[in-house]
Amino acid sequence: MTWRQDKTLWGLTIGLAALLLLNFVVPDWFRSILTLSLARGSVALGLLVLWRCGLISFGHALYFGVGAYTVGLMSRYLGITDAFLTIACGVVTAGLLAYGLGFLLRQYRGIFFALLNMAFSMILYGVLAKLEELGSTDGISLETTTYLWYAPLGAENKTALFVFAVILTWGVAVLVHLYLRSTLGNMTTAVRENEIRLGYLGYSGERAVHAKFVVSGLLGGFGGAIAALTIGHVDPDSMVYWPVSGDFVFIAILSGTGNVTAPFIGALIYELIRTYAFDKFPEIWQLIMGGTLLAIIMFLPNGLWSLVDRWRGRKAAVATLRTGKEEA
Amino acid sequence: MNAIPRTRFMALGAALAVLLAAGAASAQTVKVAVPTFLTGGGAPTYGTASKNGVELVVRAINEGSLPAPYNSVGLAGRKIDLVVYDESGGGTKQVTELRNKVQKEGVDVVVGYVSSGSCAAIARVVEELRVLTLLTVCGTPRIFEELVKEPKYLFRIINHSTAGNVGAAHYVVKKLRNEAKDGYMGINQNYAWGQDAWRDFNLGVQTLAPELKPANKQQFPKLFSGQYGTEISVLLRAKQKVVHSSFWGGDIEALIAQGKARGLFKRKTFVFTVGEITAHRIGKKFPPGQLARGPYGLYAEGIDTPLNKWFRSEYRKAYKQPPSSPAYHYADGIVAAKYAYDTAMKANGGKFPSTDQVIKALEHATYDILAAKVKMSLGKGHQAVTSDRWGYAEWDDAKGEIVVKDVVEFKAECVNPPEGVNAADWVKGGMKGAKCD
Repeated sequence: MTWRQDKTLWGLTIGLAALLLLNFVVPDWFRSILTLSLARGSVALGLLVLWRCGLISFGHALYFGVGAYTVGLMSRYLGITDAFLTIACGVVTAGLLAYGLGFLLRQYRGIFFALLNMAFSMILYGVLAKLEELGSTDGISLETTTYLWYAPLGAENKTALFVFAVILTWGVAVLVHLYLRSTLGNMTTAVRENEIRLGYLGYSGERAVHAKFVVSGLLGGFGGAIAALTIGHVDPDSMVYWPVSGDFVFIAILSGTGNVTAPFIGALIYELIRTYAFDKFPEIWQLIMGGTLLAIIMFLPNGLWSLVDRWRGRKAAVATLRTGKEEA
Repeated sequence: MNAIPRTRFMALGAALAVLLAAGAASAQTVKVAVPTFLTGGGAPTYGTASKNGVELVVRAINEGSLPAPYNSVGLAGRKIDLVVYDESGGGTKQVTELRNKVQKEGVDVVVGYVSSGSCAAIARVVEELRVLTLLTVCGTPRIFEELVKEPKYLFRIINHSTAGNVGAAHYVVKKLRNEAKDGYMGINQNYAWGQDAWRDFNLGVQTLAPELKPANKQQFPKLFSGQYGTEISVLLRAKQKVVHSSFWGGDIEALIAQGKARGLFKRKTFVFTVGEITAHRIGKKFPPGQLARGPYGLYAEGIDTPLNKWFRSEYRKAYKQPPSSPAYHYADGIVAAKYAYDTAMKANGGKFPSTDQVIKALEHATYDILAAKVKMSLGKGHQAVTSDRWGYAEWDDAKGEIVVKDVVEFKAECVNPPEGVNAADWVKGGMKGAKCD
């Protein structure tokens, strides 16, 4: 498949253009939800990468939190507020942590892998909540974000951040897509289907898992850094605590693993459901979120993206009927 | 075949558009958003009481039936359109929700927040969104000392936590000197609130009576750990009789249940800085100890202002129980908004005031809340100070509820730092400038 024929690349680019145009029409509150969706979507994309190897992590808030806190601490102790530099540092720190932990975690599969991840994320939570130097439970407030020499204030800053986040996320999604298309990326499915046979083919399953794990850690750090800049504040309860990891798994299940675009759509739908459930049913909004998850698992077990696949399948069937011949 | 999904998508789009457009506020009301814990661990203690308190006062303001000086209808003549929403889920969710409330639903005033974490997260966003916000509980003094040094839209209408713990120190030195002669110790949750509470209390006692010595090691169990077997053993073995604790929520109830079974409260005198709320909840099971926090809840019993008498009797009538301190805090928040709007209207020649005028009316103001007087004297006129009341709590069989005895009141200027001095520096520096007589 050449670059031009790749529908996902086209889809992502059209999405990029659409979001940049939306910037001019959407109200401020919606823009902030969109930016947050990009952040959470990135982490869910990291879960998608793992999920393709048949692994799920209940602790990705660890990388999300490390990305966010790197941004927060740089702002507090070093006075560095540049978006490029802080995000880069957040991503690298989370990636290094994933690389280190990967040596241990790559040996585990299934529920052991999922829960070990959670254990590590709760260690970080404990450390953050206890240490006053790291803001304790009150967290750390960020200074106003700057972009190289550009230092906008107020609403203009949020617009700048949105444009910045949209373009970066597009780049990240394209890279992940290309990675998943590559030989190394395609090994994900092989790990899931039959790791022993992969071994006989001369590839190391553990190494493949390790690589995926680092990719997903990098994505977690990226999401966390964007979220920190969007919110302007980092705190352990909404960045690192275990339900945050649960949110990411929720988004991953909601989106499905079909395509790199799916987690971003899933994250946006998740934010919208939560916003309206929160608004209309303030006392039982968690029940609505849980109900939605159950409904997705029961009726769309492969996530929202399976709707797209189904729709494509139907289109192909119609085309077959019209031309009277099968398409390869 | 393609037609069906297309209409479905259009219907979905239309529904989405309707949802997005919903919530435009009418111009003739003042829309007040009230965040408090409606779900999760904070709901039974803080959420229900604060919601009750707010709803009672808002109803009275809309009818014009609140006692003087607040006996006119509405905020500057306009009725209150009340939206109570959930505070659970941490800072990220609260920031997003605040944006939704202000930018989507056109909220004019925000009155609320229980947790310091929520307040710290939204503090700067409030200034960015330019929405008048009156914080009702959250303890941390960092709000105006660190986070928002030049506040315009953000106010806090209650003492910060330093005042409560310095008040506790005063009470121990004044009333429990004999019990504390072998020293005192602390059991506090290991996070910002508990760490700050112990620091302020300990330094307060050290300044007032350096001969009373703290134990060598203090207990800092994990937040929400729920099991205090080891800590209770340590407390029981220690020679110190007075124990300071800023426990709250499920933790204080667990500590009381587990401590009672082992006779902890017979051998120690506890200084529970926020025990008042729990005393309300568990009633007879509450061990006799010291409770805290200002002229609210149990401590407002017997304060004879018309506003307080009205609030206590109406609250009992409506909810079949006496109001606890969160009910007071939140109701006081609405009362503060009422004061600010009405005063601003007077200054504006009887016309409905702009937000800037309302802010001007509240800055540096002195006004009545339900059971006390508030002075907005710290944080450049944005942080309130009130007096602090302490006493001995006990179950009263005849009345069938907890009562407070031996109440001592400390003046606002006695338990709060002077303007411009950081609370932590003030207690570390020996509480210079405190006026206690």
